[in-house]
Amino acid sequence: MPMKFPSFRSRREDYPEKMWTRCPSCEEQLFNKQLEKAMNVCPSCGHHFRLSATMRLSQLLDDGSFVERDPGLVSVDPLGFVDQKPYPDRVAAAQLATGLRDAAVWGTGRIEGMRIAILVMDFGFMGGSMGAVVGEKVARAAEGALEEGIPLVIVSASGGARMQEGTLALMQLVKTMAALERLRAARVPYVSVMSDPTTGGVFASYAAMGDVNLAEPNALIGFAGARVGAGTIGQELPPGFQRSEFLYRHGFVDRIVQRADLRQELAQVLRFLAPTQPWGKEAARG
Amino acid sequence: MVDRILGRGREAREGHEGRGDQAPDAPAADPKAAVWARVQLARNLRRPRILELLAVIADEFVELHGDRLFGDDEAVVAGFARIEGRRVVVVGQQKGADTEENVRRSFGMPHPEGYRKAMRVMELAERCGLPVVTFVDVPGAHPGPESEERGIAEAIARSVGLMSRLRTPIVTVITGEGGSGGALAIAVGDVVLALENAVYSVISPEGCASILWRTTDEAPTAALAMRMTADDQRALGVVDLVIAEPGEGAHADHAETGRRLKTAITEQLDRLAAIPVEVLVEQRYRRYRSLGAYAELAGPAPTPPVPPRGGLADRLRGLIEAGQRAIPAPLPVGRRDEPPAREDV
Ligand SMILES: [Zn+2]
Repeated sequence: MPMKFPSFRSRREDYPEKMWTRCPSCEEQLFNKQLEKAMNVCPSCGHHFRLSATMRLSQLLDDGSFVERDPGLVSVDPLGFVDQKPYPDRVAAAQLATGLRDAAVWGTGRIEGMRIAILVMDFGFMGGSMGAVVGEKVARAAEGALEEGIPLVIVSASGGARMQEGTLALMQLVKTMAALERLRAARVPYVSVMSDPTTGGVFASYAAMGDVNLAEPNALIGFAGARVGAGTIGQELPPGFQRSEFLYRHGFVDRIVQRADLRQELAQVLRFLAPTQPWGKEAARG
Repeated sequence: MVDRILGRGREAREGHEGRGDQAPDAPAADPKAAVWARVQLARNLRRPRILELLAVIADEFVELHGDRLFGDDEAVVAGFARIEGRRVVVVGQQKGADTEENVRRSFGMPHPEGYRKAMRVMELAERCGLPVVTFVDVPGAHPGPESEERGIAEAIARSVGLMSRLRTPIVTVITGEGGSGGALAIAVGDVVLALENAVYSVISPEGCASILWRTTDEAPTAALAMRMTADDQRALGVVDLVIAEPGEGAHADHAETGRRLKTAITEQLDRLAAIPVEVLVEQRYRRYRSLGAYAELAGPAPTPPVPPRGGLADRLRGLIEAGQRAIPAPLPVGRRDEPPAREDV
């Protein structure tokens, strides 16, 4: 099952050799420059390609407003995990491929002038999997938002918990949810944006729990792997199973938003969530 | 702080190699076989679960039913219990003794309504000032379409969040199989105990093997790599205390297993009862806040994409491999040829 080049190629600027990308949905050949201009959405069928963390930030935030926090966090290998390769080698390869230290980036920035804390995930880094670094960054982003009393936005793109960190990865579900519960108690708003894919432990923690949940069209969003599900239960899967529209129909997503509208919709929602009274620590202190 | 966290990991690794821990019938020389034997013990059909254990531990038990939203999931048992005079709320997963009961209890794999029942009862415990004791033994949350339709991920996330801030003591016992998110949803505690042959993992060894080794035949290898035994989990700091099982294992002696658990649980309940609730909740937050190993490098920008070691082909191969590791076989649904990442958790 070879990974198709386009989903990587189209988002990396460092392969000028190839100028075309084939849309995996409609098979149209797309000129890369044109694709990028269209925010990596296929102009002919609307297929939303995956975005790198960098590209996501630049699409959502006011120009030049992003200040990264905790860029130095890196994974270690608590279990000494080796499958067909040692875990540290996989991390190193992912760092080389993405230019990121791990699968999430967080910091502060502005969206239509409003200051927010924002965390974005990058599926290109080991499938966006959540280990201790991603969990720590989510917790720090929530704590940072709480400290400053600014809303938190998380854009998820993840296959779930990082198996190579075992139950320590599973514990990140608690770490992140505990931090979000404190944010909620202090009435600081949190908006979750789900992009393709948002599955497993990431969906079963912070991604599902926004005060407002937005999703990009046709993103894969679900808990159990469909293969696991179908295999274990021997049941036919309903059409569109675990897609954004399925989640929307069943009441777990507030709005499905085209990428071209995401920045504006996010800003609109955030303006409604703006406090009528002080936010965060200030409010919590009463 | 990093050192301390790293220390936990190192301890786990050394512990694993040094201790030669193995299940009774496994050859000492083969750690993989030893771990796999424990996985089998954890999954033993006669292993006592919440109802069997309460029969020994509790003087009184009143089961409560229903999530008040959709239905009653019999894969989760919840209610009031009295343990040597102490009133507590109990929650746990339950499998069936025969096929008929197993169908009724969805083979011990809870749907969202099971976790929502658990949450309702835990909130009741908080309001009444009763401590919570949870008994965890589950292969995983129910993976079927109904489970997804009714929001299994939302239920797990909400339950984890609730337990992280519940203003009453929580004692958790991993009694058998701690199967990823489906276990964690009722396993966030002030103290986490585990029976000696219990296992705890982020994904089933079969699931892990099929993703990372491309075959379920490597499940024992995956089980070893994930360090899922109770002792390893204690070394990692995920479990606080391991309780020895009698003789052949818990399945062979429910009564003695129950007695040992009862001693451990009452000790913890009494210890936690003495801690002011504000302190308790803050300690619980810190407990989970500190789990996980990472390092913090100085210096600003992350490593920029490094020039290729080989040619473009090598670099692309590297990218492809990087993308594959969390990505198992293609889905039976959807028409896109971008293979999405699928994991249990
Ligand atoms: Zn297209």
